[in-house]
Amino acid sequence: MDLIWEGLRKALELLLTLDPEVLRITMLSLEVSGLATLISLVIGLGIAIPVALTEFPGKRLVIALLNTGMGLPPVVVGLFVTVLLWRNGPLGFLEILYTPAAMILAQAVIASPIIAGISLSALQHLPPGLRLQILALGASRPQMVWLLLKEARLPLLAAVMAGFGGVISEVGASIMVGGNIKGQTRVLTTATVMETSKGNFEVAFALSILLLVLAFTVNAVLTHLQQRNRPR
Amino acid sequence: MSRATVLEARNLKVHRGQTQVLDVPALDLRAGEVLALMGPNGAGKSTLMLALAGLLPLSGGSLRFKGAELAGRPEREAYRRRMTMVFQDPLLFDATVAQNIATGLKLRGAPATLREPAVRAWAQRLGIGHLLGRPARQLSGGEAQRTALARAFALGPEILFLDEPFASLDAPAREGLLDDLGRILAETGSTAVLSTHDQAEAARLGHRLAVMKDGVILQTGGLREVMNHPEDPFVAAFVGMETLLKGQVASSGGGLLTLRLGRGGDGHEVLAVGEARPGQTILVGIRPEHVALSLHSDKSSSARNAFPGTVTKVVPRGPFFKVELDCGFFLAAYVTAQSLAELELGPGSTIVASFKATAAHLIRREGLESEV
Repeated sequence: MDLIWEGLRKALELLLTLDPEVLRITMLSLEVSGLATLISLVIGLGIAIPVALTEFPGKRLVIALLNTGMGLPPVVVGLFVTVLLWRNGPLGFLEILYTPAAMILAQAVIASPIIAGISLSALQHLPPGLRLQILALGASRPQMVWLLLKEARLPLLAAVMAGFGGVISEVGASIMVGGNIKGQTRVLTTATVMETSKGNFEVAFALSILLLVLAFTVNAVLTHLQQRNRPR
Repeated sequence: MSRATVLEARNLKVHRGQTQVLDVPALDLRAGEVLALMGPNGAGKSTLMLALAGLLPLSGGSLRFKGAELAGRPEREAYRRRMTMVFQDPLLFDATVAQNIATGLKLRGAPATLREPAVRAWAQRLGIGHLLGRPARQLSGGEAQRTALARAFALGPEILFLDEPFASLDAPAREGLLDDLGRILAETGSTAVLSTHDQAEAARLGHRLAVMKDGVILQTGGLREVMNHPEDPFVAAFVGMETLLKGQVASSGGGLLTLRLGRGGDGHEVLAVGEARPGQTILVGIRPEHVALSLHSDKSSSARNAFPGTVTKVVPRGPFFKVELDCGFFLAAYVTAQSLAELELGPGSTIVASFKATAAHLIRREGLESEV
């Protein structure tokens, strides 16, 4: 218990003193996971919309693959992205391994299937006739898609939250493709792992508490957006 | 006065997988008329309606709206902005009633200055003016369907498709909405297609009737024409012609024929209006509301057909009772609760059933000979 209280005290101290290193780590965590979630939203919806709205052979297989992708182990993603970005790898010419860009790429790979899978399910759960009703009201195809997304906004924001939650908390991929380089690719999760391995439990607790606060703040904002325009 | 044709459908075919689910050689919709599509579940009413609305890919055939063929996607998209559709499920958005009614107008680019008065006016006309700020998900079934109708009427559609709009409503909500919709359709002179499996709805709202079965239109015509002169036993049964008598023509002349009832008819003869070759096997239909019941035979009556019989069953049918009779053949009659009480009718009662020759409608059917 003492360790936890000490962690809380340390976290408060780090926050109140605006420790520059902790601030940098926190901001980088937010930046990397936030951007990765945004990219995943675009990719996820880009997959979910056509899969939900069209019929094609092998659709069930695609859905099964997406659902499997929702549980992609971060270390496996980390391994594949590392190999892709390795100097001699297919994307080696980008020279982004051990940079935040590589971490964003890896996290986007993790979050995209999560957002795609939940969005697909959300769109498929809309009333079956709604699409026809929207078209019968005179909507163009883009207008129809927009109205369907608006109608599914609650589960879609839940998809964003799940995607963000998945990447802000992962450590395997970030440490593999980012390298936990101080001042460059160190984020809250990788720093927590490092401090724990060094036996600095107070700092590790402090970083963990900051991670929780960050996750809560982002989700609180998203929840506010989710519930804001909902008729009661 | 002949009305302009708004929509012409020719050789419409729709397939689901390898199965053909719709085959309509020709169907026209005229300006200001309400065409009622009737048929049981699975008859293809909704498929036809979606096809006519340009919302379903056709496997064959063509649609012309006001003379112009809806050949490609742009033409169909433009057409969709001139018609609209109300479904059995109101399919409202997770928004307020006002926002729901405004949706179609917004999609069609109407400015807010036009949208707001239209929303208020149509909400008032449909009796939901007091609900404009209410979330659509808190509405009752009837209120939700009224919102869906207001959303449709606010668009001023040149064709309004109504796909079983009352099917999921309870009786009181349905009755009120039927009245209001009938009044609004008449006031606006709307051109509409209504699908229903209920002949009372078709009779109250429709000007013309098309009866469907298995993706095919069996008969199209004016409401009275189809109701009173069905050309097919299925149509006859579906439009409420509950007594169908099969037999051979004993004699025919002067617009009247005598039908000698076949198997199970006990040799009874029925006088009907129509011409048919003596010896020909035909079917005659009698609507239950055209059959009168009395305790004794009334020689002074103009009814040319009178048969003593026994009541086998009394079934409540809304404001009436259906009395099923065994007169040596099956006969059904509608009576009011008052008549039922005065005649003291119940299973086993003996009664005389009578109907005029003009109430016995000839339904020709090819291939009947082999069945008699």
